[in-house]
Amino acid sequence: MASDTISDYYPRDRSWHPKGLTPAYNSSVLRSPKRALLQMPTSLSETSGPVFGHNFLSEQDSDMLSNAIVDGDPVGERIIVSGRVLDENARPQASVLIEAWQANAGGRYRHVRDGYLAPLDKNFSGYGRCVSDEQGNYTFRTLRPGPYPYANNGPAWRPAHIHLSLLGAAFAQRLVTQFYFEGDPLIKHCAIVNSVSDPAAVDRLVAKLDLENAAPFDALAYRFDIVLRGRNETPLDAGHGR
Amino acid sequence: MNKRLKETPSQTAGPYVHIGLLPAAAGIEVEHHGISSRTNLEKGIPVIITGVVRDGAGEIVTDALLEIWQSDGDGKFHDGRKGFARCHTDYDSGEFRFETVKPGSVAWRDGSPQAPHITLLVFARGINMHLHTRIYFADETEANACDPVLNAIPDGRETLLAKPDAKSNNSYRFDVSLQGDAETVFFDI
Ligand SMILES: [Fe+2]
Repeated sequence: MASDTISDYYPRDRSWHPKGLTPAYNSSVLRSPKRALLQMPTSLSETSGPVFGHNFLSEQDSDMLSNAIVDGDPVGERIIVSGRVLDENARPQASVLIEAWQANAGGRYRHVRDGYLAPLDKNFSGYGRCVSDEQGNYTFRTLRPGPYPYANNGPAWRPAHIHLSLLGAAFAQRLVTQFYFEGDPLIKHCAIVNSVSDPAAVDRLVAKLDLENAAPFDALAYRFDIVLRGRNETPLDAGHGR
Repeated sequence: MNKRLKETPSQTAGPYVHIGLLPAAAGIEVEHHGISSRTNLEKGIPVIITGVVRDGAGEIVTDALLEIWQSDGDGKFHDGRKGFARCHTDYDSGEFRFETVKPGSVAWRDGSPQAPHITLLVFARGINMHLHTRIYFADETEANACDPVLNAIPDGRETLLAKPDAKSNNSYRFDVSLQGDAETVFFDI
């Protein structure tokens, strides 16, 4: 009966995702549960989720190069970030709300709590968002963020990265991640990157140079494709499954 | 068997999560952001849920971000964004506060009723992959006793019960403990 009404989301591969406790990333030590997560199958509370239409956004939202201009263009390497959102069954995911945040070209965040000595850029907020189209495509214009220092087990540096939040059709698909830039020598030294143990999984967090998509004499381009959880579409009594 | 793609791995939301998810809290003005600590559900008894998030040393976490998703008072999930809300723990007090309605009963996989509950996700620096839990209501004793998810919890189900505030009507307290003796039950769901 259950398979008539629910096609389950595939369970998450927790060995592919970072573990909760990764002592090399100091902040995880006191913020990770000691007890194992309790496994439960999905039900309507997780297979449903909020829906954000395209009219939810303003045009400027996906253009961090212009959405905070006060008196001129922000400073930094202009880039276009684009990619496709699929699920584990390789189905395009439309209407996914993608929210992005990042430091400026000097590695400074516009945040009341960031006191890094690199200066703020009054023309850049580091806030952006977009919604994927029918084919799952998304795109942002922004600038390449700088690396920045943080206190870990002693002073440490983050590779250049952009944070992404994804809200798909189901709350079960919720994902927050970060992507890095191909060729950045800091990637392999980063404890947060290395919270992911499989090198193939780390590679999935690295945006690739996408020269073909560059805007001539304007902006370089990077490609970052995203995969959200998918549903098992062949329940045991397949004849009744949707 | 089709070859499945692997999900994009999670990474921590970090300490500056507000810029992207609640820009006003970072000091960034965005017109019509549209996401707040209110679910904007109309059907149901209005309730306020407050709490704090504690770490394994008992310290209050002042850089967490929380999201909720729930049905309305009739047990109906809405098609738009009603039922979804987001807030951060206060930079000083560490308190979070959601304004919503008490959800109705939603069917479990076999069609049997679940007790009223709200899905809660917790994000913060140091949390490598968001934590998923549920807020139930301590005053729903009968419904809670039959809830399939609560009944699957071997130990610690009381950590999922929001307590009615004795001093104010329709206010509930729900503290999250990331680690330690009173550790909240988190799901892999
Ligand atoms: Fe960051």
